[in-house]
Amino acid sequence: MSETDSQNNFSKLVKYQNLISVTFSTLVLLLYFSFIIIVGFKPELFSPMVFNETIPIGIVFGISIIIFSIFLTILYVIISNFFLDSLRKKLKQ
Amino acid sequence: MNLFLSFTSLLLVPFDIYALSDNKTTNNYAILTFLLFVISTLIITYFASKKTKNKDSFYAAGGKITGLQNGLAIAGDYMSAASFLGISGLVFFSGFDGLIYSIGFLVGWPIILFLLAEKLKNLGKYTFADATSIRLDQFYIRILSSVGTLLTILLYLIAQMVGAGGLIQTLFGLSYESAVIIIGSLMIIYVSFGGMIATTWVQVIKAILLLFGASILALMVLKVNDYSISKLFNEATSIHRKGQDILFPGQLIDEPLSAISLGMALIFGTAGLPHILMRFFTVPDARSAKISAAYATGFIGYFYILTFIIGFGAIVLLTNNSDYINTDGNLIGSNNMAAIHLSHAVGGDIFLGFISAVAFATILAVVSGLTLAGASAIGHDLYAYVICKGKTSEKKEIFISKISTIILGIIAIFLGIIFEGQNVAFMVGMAFAIAASANFPILFLSLYWKNLTSKGAFYGGFIGLLTAAILVILGPIVWVDILGNANPIFPYKYPALFSITAAFISIFLFSKIDKESLSNKHKKLFEKQFYKSYTNIEK
Repeated sequence: MSETDSQNNFSKLVKYQNLISVTFSTLVLLLYFSFIIIVGFKPELFSPMVFNETIPIGIVFGISIIIFSIFLTILYVIISNFFLDSLRKKLKQ
Repeated sequence: MNLFLSFTSLLLVPFDIYALSDNKTTNNYAILTFLLFVISTLIITYFASKKTKNKDSFYAAGGKITGLQNGLAIAGDYMSAASFLGISGLVFFSGFDGLIYSIGFLVGWPIILFLLAEKLKNLGKYTFADATSIRLDQFYIRILSSVGTLLTILLYLIAQMVGAGGLIQTLFGLSYESAVIIIGSLMIIYVSFGGMIATTWVQVIKAILLLFGASILALMVLKVNDYSISKLFNEATSIHRKGQDILFPGQLIDEPLSAISLGMALIFGTAGLPHILMRFFTVPDARSAKISAAYATGFIGYFYILTFIIGFGAIVLLTNNSDYINTDGNLIGSNNMAAIHLSHAVGGDIFLGFISAVAFATILAVVSGLTLAGASAIGHDLYAYVICKGKTSEKKEIFISKISTIILGIIAIFLGIIFEGQNVAFMVGMAFAIAASANFPILFLSLYWKNLTSKGAFYGGFIGLLTAAILVILGPIVWVDILGNANPIFPYKYPALFSITAAFISIFLFSKIDKESLSNKHKKLFEKQFYKSYTNIEK
């Protein structure tokens, strides 16, 4: 592989890797801090009950953050280990 | 090896005497399960000690741990008895508020995966300072990171020891001192003989036991409530003295700024815990490092959802039951006993014994990880790089690390006994604040910011560390509640928002005035490091 090819592949790798890292981190932080800020500033937003008026929306939101975080980590590993690894392999040659 | 066996038998003798002593609170199932755990982990330690011959195996288990194993070990390292018993207790006491902690303790994990795991593994070998010192002056960076590491793990260790002593006193009918001594001695044996291999397996087994025990507990709770969450909430609100309030944010967060600050401490503190970061060096490559972080997130997230169900189950099944509740309406023992009492309520003496033994094993796994991280900071960072400037033999370095293990263990036992009955909860908060304000900023900026300089990291890191420590001391928890002053000098319980900001600003300023960043060599080194951090290829 030529010097410029390898440079291009590396730039691509950095670009995509950073794109998912930054997007996913921002998503998690945004969700978490909006949860915290609602708890701190506007707890009444968590008052409505959902699912036939039995479960408060705050608890649904909270548990969803945990499940969504797990989902994002799986997605991240799939993208980084399966799709971006082809770029890493090219660079190793 | 003879040393190993004699040390081990010495330890088991006093244990047997206590275990067999006639004590009302002694649960034989607990002792049996726990002895089984101890014996099997000691056997593992024996075999691990044969493989623990060099630095690679002592610090990093030879890099032979798989992604799944490491994910379990990380979970075992991270899910402490405090989060199992403490959070389920908090849910029992005030419902929703427990969730705030659960989520906070979890969300650090995706961040570690997205920003740190791969690069850490590609750059480092045994401690996170290996990664941060690649392009910076070893001397400055290793001093800073070992001070950050040692403070974090000592505070964390003391809190674990004190909590463990009290817990085991209640569960096993041992005296406080002997509980602390048993934990301290076992941890010294695991770490000094079996290094990272033994520590990893102790953590893996503990994680499986804890996840299994908590799953059964939650399942029993759901079964009693016809597998209906609505019914669980309904029953809980009708019986709890706070009624409907337990479904909504309560008194835990009365002040928004504090809430944000606590959130930052939990997220960035987790991402700066040395014993956690160290685990990423035990896998063969960055691929497995990422996989292990994803597994860890899954296990830890699942576990925190369980603690929430367990807490609500405790409300339904324990409230108004005089077997578990004092006349004043609190749980017998303390509110931290919610999960323990619940295990008895749903599964009788056998299950109570199992969960108690799991709690004991949980403590052991966490303190072992902490001690190994502390010993590595002393042997690898301080001795080999700061004192010997990298010119020491492998044998000597391991020797120093093993001696440090024993010394740290003795210090932990000693301080654990001194702090008996003291309010040590602030120590965990301080450990997280320091990890978030010194370890994390340096690690993060060394990976991503090309203009970071050695002195910038050094002075900025120490400013972050000191700010965190001092603000905790001047804040309401230590200054008012512990030292008995009327008003806090610093008004917030959690300083992370301020100390992290102080760290980043001062690292930035000190790096700007440091001429190092202008040199060509500095730029070249960053390019090399940057390339390696994404590809694991030396450029």
